Amino acid sequence: MVRREAIADIIRCIDDEIVVCNIGFPSRELYDIKDRERNFYMIGSMGLASSIGLGLALAKPNEDVVVIDGDGSLLMNMGSLATVFANNPKNLTWIVIDNGAYGSTGNQDTYAQVLDLVEVAKGIGFKNSYNFKDIDLKEIIKSDDASFIVYDTEAGNSEAPIIDLDPVTIKNRFMNSI
Amino acid sequence: MMDSSEAIFDGLKDAGIDFIVSVPCVNLSKILNMIDEDDDIIHIPVTREEEGIGICAGAYLGGKKPAILMQNSGLGNSINALKSLTQLYEMPLLMIMSHRGTEGETICGQVPMGESTPLILEAMNFNFFKPGTPQGAYEDILNAWDLSVEEGKPVSVLLEIKYW
Repeated sequence: MVRREAIADIIRCIDDEIVVCNIGFPSRELYDIKDRERNFYMIGSMGLASSIGLGLALAKPNEDVVVIDGDGSLLMNMGSLATVFANNPKNLTWIVIDNGAYGSTGNQDTYAQVLDLVEVAKGIGFKNSYNFKDIDLKEIIKSDDASFIVYDTEAGNSEAPIIDLDPVTIKNRFMNSI
Repeated sequence: MMDSSEAIFDGLKDAGIDFIVSVPCVNLSKILNMIDEDDDIIHIPVTREEEGIGICAGAYLGGKKPAILMQNSGLGNSINALKSLTQLYEMPLLMIMSHRGTEGETICGQVPMGESTPLILEAMNFNFFKPGTPQGAYEDILNAWDLSVEEGKPVSVLLEIKYW
């Protein structure tokens, strides 16, 4: 399976949660599968999905925040593992779709191919560090600690079109909905 | 005469800033302590300034008024995020920068980035203030936040070594 199916799997578990989605094909595929006002689509700033999610989780402690990140993006902002763990917002669920590739730029290999990201997060201290296939996402979203979930897929992009919303529209409808 | 650190803190409070991320500078240490003691401000130390730009964006989306406190060295670590996140989505952000490498600097490593910092901000088309006194800094912080909201872009307050 490829990323698009993983996103579809994740979004099936989403009701009114806030979703922050990674730049490039992940956001395009999410927009294509299920556009929601409560989706924040990243158009730039690769690597910062979990940071945006952390800011939201801290600012909105009564909302559940789900981040859809990627392995290449995680590698660009590994410090976020320390910051998220140390602050431990229980309303933050950080999902990394790990396809071992920089998917949006032509599927170049990432170093995640030689890493076990679940173990990396456990090593940082995350109590809730799991593979997606071993958990019920809804239970994890409602758990009492920040969670780090890895969804393993193969590399590959779908035919999802470019998002036809301008960034300010994405922001305004997102802010009005939360 | 206002204390140089208290003036910054008072400016942040009176501008309504309630969410701060930071990477420390020795010149910001007193302000960072004051922020930690304030129950109405969420303070998140970050590992790298770019990460802080992302956290501030999320906090703004969630209804907070965010600021980043850092050395000017952190500007270099943040440039892409300031453009392709903060400015792209037209979000406000107050940047309080200890401007090292300015007159009186004792560490030569600070000088190249210090000299280039205002030029980088100009090239990015980001407005900045350079207060010379605590009273000026207090007023500049209020104006910088208002300008940032109006422009939907980051606005900086550069605090040179001689400010302190």
